[in-house]
Amino acid sequence: MRFFRIVGRSIRDAFKSVGRNFSLSLASISCIIVTLVIVALSIVITYNVDNFTSELKKDLTIVAFVSNEADKADVDKLKTDIQEISNVEKVTFKSKSDIKDEMMKEDEAFENVMKQWDEEENPLQNTYLIKVKDIEKISETATAINNLSAIDTVKYGEGMVDQLVTVFKTAQKVSIVAVIALVLMTMFLIVNTIKLTIFSRKREISIMRLVGASNFAIKIPFVVEGMILGFLGSLVPVGLLIYGYKSLYNYFGGRLFTDIIKLVKPEPFIYYAAGIVVVIGIIVGMIGSGRAVRKYLKV
Amino acid sequence: MEFIRFNNVTKQYKNGVVAIYDLNLSIEKGDFCFIIGGSGSGKSTLIKMLYREEKPTRGEIIIGGLKVNKLRNANVYKLRRKLGIVFQDYRLLPKSNVYENVAFALEAIGAKKKEIRPKVLKALELVGLKSKLRDYPDNLSGGEQQRVAIARAIVNEPKLLICDEPTGNLDPVMSMEIVDLLEEINKKEGTTVVMVTHDKVIVDKKKKHVIALKEGHLYKDYKEGEYIDEIL
Ligand SMILES: Nc1ncnc2c1ncn2[C@@H]1O[C@H](COP(=O)(O)OP(=O)(O)OP(=O)(O)O)[C@@H](O)[C@H]1O
Ligand SMILES: [Mg+2]
Repeated sequence: MRFFRIVGRSIRDAFKSVGRNFSLSLASISCIIVTLVIVALSIVITYNVDNFTSELKKDLTIVAFVSNEADKADVDKLKTDIQEISNVEKVTFKSKSDIKDEMMKEDEAFENVMKQWDEEENPLQNTYLIKVKDIEKISETATAINNLSAIDTVKYGEGMVDQLVTVFKTAQKVSIVAVIALVLMTMFLIVNTIKLTIFSRKREISIMRLVGASNFAIKIPFVVEGMILGFLGSLVPVGLLIYGYKSLYNYFGGRLFTDIIKLVKPEPFIYYAAGIVVVIGIIVGMIGSGRAVRKYLKV
Repeated sequence: MEFIRFNNVTKQYKNGVVAIYDLNLSIEKGDFCFIIGGSGSGKSTLIKMLYREEKPTRGEIIIGGLKVNKLRNANVYKLRRKLGIVFQDYRLLPKSNVYENVAFALEAIGAKKKEIRPKVLKALELVGLKSKLRDYPDNLSGGEQQRVAIARAIVNEPKLLICDEPTGNLDPVMSMEIVDLLEEINKKEGTTVVMVTHDKVIVDKKKKHVIALKEGHLYKDYKEGEYIDEIL
């Protein structure tokens, strides 16, 4: 119970001291805000990229057209050749007569022309449909398949898909670097804010020590102060995240530029993301103040 | 009954200065003891070792059965809770009033809220400041400020009250009042008092146990009433 009394008083003191060192507190909080906005952005990007790449993965198929000069043995051998390419997950064969049948079903005009073709005359090509494990490497895989001698041409998805993925992955990497740099800067600011509080309360601390306050009781107000800074700094990013993402989602109607990129539904996603942002803010504040306490409070 | 014991205590500071040489002494429970000696004779060092601000380089210090020299840093607070400490410069919080200054000592150790008020009022009554609860230190005389400091030191009912020149900043009349107050606490509460002082008039008049230091050595240990003014 002594524990709770000490923590309770620490929270009260910490709020007072955030107010007392207002300008430096504000600097720390602003820095936390910037950091967390970028954290929130990268959560949104990462989650969406993960989401749509796995969606794409389900649909995206490489179509390999087999040369009509290849004989039956060549065609069969192709299947194992393709399967041996590392990124290949699944290979299915679709013969040209299958394709003919499908097309005839789809359109009467086709049907009239095509029904006269026999197997020899059929100008369509046998195909292999290939699913890949990692769609980021889909273009390499497609090239590898294209290099097989019995393959004429290779097609996959819309040409821009892999570029799009690369763009998003780059954005993600950049934001991670930015977050790390900003977290370091934020910690530096928090350390200095707390240092100032420690100095302004030197006398109080020395009296606390004299009358027998435990090290925990002496340190905890400063750590709580750091956590409060982190928490206050997370409010703006959380607001931006929740309202920003909702309006973005509604504005674009749940998709980005093209139907290929479906956005993650705002609920409950944004609430989890908001939770993560708040927790990161508090942890950054706690670690920053913990460092300051260790450095400037030798107890 | 013996309460404080120094066994062959030597204190050498990091810069090489030896402040206390091979000191042996004993203070009884409920004793009122003056520590005297010239400037630099090691009085403050002796006191600092009592409340474990400094650690002896060699030897043993025992307070109420507790080996203070063996105490780990993280546990020093347990010793401090059983002590009251008063300094020459009062060390009050300027932005807190009299009541808050005394209550601070209890809050800092996580005392119960409903325990704090009666204890603070009792301590302030004992030092005669019950009428000045809401005053700030700046508006008090030196003697009154020292009374606040004493109230803060005794609010947690310590077994031992340690004072380093508590009258150093006060005129002779106020000084005597403060020592009278310490004597009253010693008698009423049974608190053992160890007081460092330069003031020969006080030591002469009070006829207490007196420990005289000279250049870090024990010069003489006068039993109660034995003290005679010698040039140290
Ligand atoms: N922290 C320290 N580091 C190094 N030397 C110290 C330290 N504190 C005290 N000393 C030295 O130890 C010796 C004893 O000092 P101490 O403060 O105990 O004397 P004192 O009897 O209290 O003197 P005064 O009457 O002036 O207060 C002095 O020579 C002093 O310079
Ligand atoms: Mg001294």
